[in-house]
Amino acid sequence: MIVQTLSGSADTGQAPADQAETGRTFSGVGVSPGRIIGSILLMPQAVREPAVGEQLAAGTSVEDASALLRTAAKAVQTHLTARSAGASGAGREVLEATALMANDPMLVKAAVKLITNGASAERAIWDAAASVAEMLHNLGGYMAERATDVLDVRGRIVAELRGVPAPGIPYSDTPFILVGEDLAPADTATLDPAKVLALVTSSGGPQSHTAIIARALGLPAVVAAVGVDSLTDGTRVFVDGAAGTILVDPSADQVALAKAWETTTAALAVFDGTGRLKDGHLVPLLSNVGGAKDAVKAAAAGAQGVGLLRTEFCFLERDTEPTIAEQVEAYRGVFDAFPGKKVVVRTLDAGADKPLPFLTDASEPNPALGVRGYRTDFTSPGVLERQLQAIAQATEGTKAQVWVMAPMISTAEEAEHFASLCAAAGLKTPGVMVEVPSAALTSASILEHVDFVSLGTNDLTQYAMAADRQLGPLAGLNTPWQPAVLQLIRLTVAGSRDEGHDKPVGVCGEAAADPALAVVLVGLGVSTLSMTARALSAVAAVLASVTLPEAEQLAKLALTAHSAADARRIVREKLPILNTLGL
Amino acid sequence: MSERTAVIASRVGLHARPAGIFVAAVGELPLEVTIAMAGEPADDAMDASSILSIMSLGASNGDTVVLRAEGEGADEALDSLVKILETDLDAE
Repeated sequence: MIVQTLSGSADTGQAPADQAETGRTFSGVGVSPGRIIGSILLMPQAVREPAVGEQLAAGTSVEDASALLRTAAKAVQTHLTARSAGASGAGREVLEATALMANDPMLVKAAVKLITNGASAERAIWDAAASVAEMLHNLGGYMAERATDVLDVRGRIVAELRGVPAPGIPYSDTPFILVGEDLAPADTATLDPAKVLALVTSSGGPQSHTAIIARALGLPAVVAAVGVDSLTDGTRVFVDGAAGTILVDPSADQVALAKAWETTTAALAVFDGTGRLKDGHLVPLLSNVGGAKDAVKAAAAGAQGVGLLRTEFCFLERDTEPTIAEQVEAYRGVFDAFPGKKVVVRTLDAGADKPLPFLTDASEPNPALGVRGYRTDFTSPGVLERQLQAIAQATEGTKAQVWVMAPMISTAEEAEHFASLCAAAGLKTPGVMVEVPSAALTSASILEHVDFVSLGTNDLTQYAMAADRQLGPLAGLNTPWQPAVLQLIRLTVAGSRDEGHDKPVGVCGEAAADPALAVVLVGLGVSTLSMTARALSAVAAVLASVTLPEAEQLAKLALTAHSAADARRIVREKLPILNTLGL
Repeated sequence: MSERTAVIASRVGLHARPAGIFVAAVGELPLEVTIAMAGEPADDAMDASSILSIMSLGASNGDTVVLRAEGEGADEALDSLVKILETDLDAE
């Protein structure tokens, strides 16, 4: 394998994998199925900021430091130019422009000036790039987007000066298995699914960004595999994304398993567009989407509608509230992909890990428990009403059946208020998310005011278990297989039955994408499942292998299990199809 | 001092790919070339070999810019750069 890093001489001080490593296994949490063999590349550590005010080291002249900086900038440019030659389309243009930025006279001159004033080379480029990035940011629009590129280049130059690997996802000519501590959203955006075979992290939980992106891209992934980042670049491993295991230097047995998986994925690639159990009980399978592009893909994958349109994803990079016209256009694109089908629009779910500058307060000490989701209506009144108007406008003339729901509802009173806002906007089918335990416990009262509820299992789990979904050490607590979480789902369904109109209870969290858990959810009385489009075929295949009474029996077993791990194991043992398919 | 004006032909203006092509061409020259929006003082002109300067200039399609250079071959060099700016580079 040819691995290009900025610094060919980088010495990590680790010995290459030897015989002693052979057969060594690591266990983590399997978050996206698939069995694959490949060589690993480690995700470099993020570049640490040089100390504020760091001065030239004694004995280093201004000339020497400036020369080192120029050489480093030139090296980064050469590296990025070489990479752009292998890219195509938009990716190539971005790399070409970024390469020019690395050795840009304006940037280098500004840094050399700071060195002349006594700053170290690392600190000088750090500050010079920060000023340039700020200037671009203030220009707004396209230029503001390029500010990130300048900061990326800065990290690369500092890494080059330090003689450590460049930050970000490593680059290689041949596909590899990416191993790291955890991936940030920015990393996942630059991840090339044609080059990455699987994702393995030593930290992170089942709801981490790594897990979500892996499922969206259909890449096998294992998270919270402690110690796996001690392996060295180039080590050959077998990854089982269902079992959650990584095995060093695979034998013939694993080679056979990986081969069999290839056959399975081909067979699983199709979903006929009707989710049902073995006995014909219908379970519509819908898709979670973030915009029109996703929606078109989901429709092509056979999704029976959209169970969750994450409207905040249309506007994540915005500093200001999108206009009604912009919103209408964004929503309309999604509606048009699903004529005659249901599209559930979730109003802006800003806050916590998805900040929107025009709605959220970044200084909250505890953002997961802060003003987020529906609650932003308390602090920024008007935004929600304008969004509902935009949704209503986008609905005119479309053939999609548009439902609307609010995130982070805690009480029946809030549900009633949201329903009144929907009615005022002319929206006919209001609903709410159930992700706060209080909403699960009072679903009967909530459903007196709205027409449906949808369970957001990621947040419901983190709130029920009091475990931050981003924290690796809490991954064991942070799984929807926890019997307590399943109880809350059961109670939500029971509340709907008590209310008397059998109003739909859906699931639109990551739990719906786990084929074994999907069976349990249906057994608990959930009526529809919404997931990433990639998971539709696997979930459909497993649902089709059980009858409703069998699913109900499995749900009972999971509810009464002593632990999440037991619940998962007991259910999986009763679903032999999972092993056959390698799920 | 030689001076030329050029009207930006690229539909996206002078950034992204057109800016990259222009900066690369300036980089090949043995001269220092500056660029400014028409009507702006020569003192405020920016280094034409800097993609960051070019981007901060913010020249759109149809805007007129002024190129300046000094030294042997400056006239020919500026003519070749004008040609680049007056081509719709985004279309190629």
